Amino acid sequence: MALDQSYIGRSYPPSKPYEVGREKIREFADAIGDQHPAHRSTAAAQALGYDDVIAPPTFAIVVSARVGSQVVFDPELGLDYSRVVHGEQRFVHARPICAGDRLVGVLTVDNIRAAAGNDILSTRVEISTEAGEPVATAYSTLVARGPERQS
Amino acid sequence: MGATVDYDDVEVGTELPAAAFALHRADLVKYAGASGDFNVIHWNQRVAQSVGLPDVIAHGMLTMAEVSRVVTDWAGDPGSVVEYGVRFTKPVVVPDDESGATISVGAVIGAKLEGRRVRVDLTASAAGEKVLAMARAVVQLA
Repeated sequence: MALDQSYIGRSYPPSKPYEVGREKIREFADAIGDQHPAHRSTAAAQALGYDDVIAPPTFAIVVSARVGSQVVFDPELGLDYSRVVHGEQRFVHARPICAGDRLVGVLTVDNIRAAAGNDILSTRVEISTEAGEPVATAYSTLVARGPERQS
Repeated sequence: MGATVDYDDVEVGTELPAAAFALHRADLVKYAGASGDFNVIHWNQRVAQSVGLPDVIAHGMLTMAEVSRVVTDWAGDPGSVVEYGVRFTKPVVVPDDESGATISVGAVIGAKLEGRRVRVDLTASAAGEKVLAMARAVVQLA
């Protein structure tokens, strides 16, 4: 069941702002077992030259996945999320995400293809502050595994 | 901004301290809550097996995050990671038992780049299989 290729190149309007909280950063750092003080203490982050606590590099997924859900859960695209596994992920950071940031994301569908019975969806989310300062770009490839082939 | 490693002190081939990270079911639930990724294959064995997986698997993003700690712990400043990408080659299966899964991580300086940046090439395996490919981080050093 191939996905609708007409989605390729589609861009979505900027998402509603996501406000990055200090406690959310701490919770995320705890969940990945990262004890670095810059994720917990404003003073420690400032000693490294940042305004406030900074998020771990992969925290950008919290923002980009919310933005990406516009297409991932679009019923008209028809991606079966229980069959989805992550194929590839890449982040390019202009600067670390910082507590207090109000981030918006612009989602673009870079590619849709079928390979070996799987549907493969590649997206890009450009994350910036509400004021328009670029923060990070998240490139994601999701693979919806096809049903097991009959032998 | 505040990496503690000096660009002039590293060479291509320099190895970063290796590490191993244990993952249990509780870690997957915790990551689901923290990240907002509640895909059932990361916590429900019945559904995971119904879609053809051997068992519950870890979020790829959790593996990616755990592996990045080898880089951020080394660099001293987690904000010094300017680029980080991976390809997920095998799922990390996390059985519902005391030992869970273990991800073993290796890292080596793959290239010295302009602007006092380096590329760190990473490897990660679990249960004897490579779980990541093309895992690379670009780090801004002092």
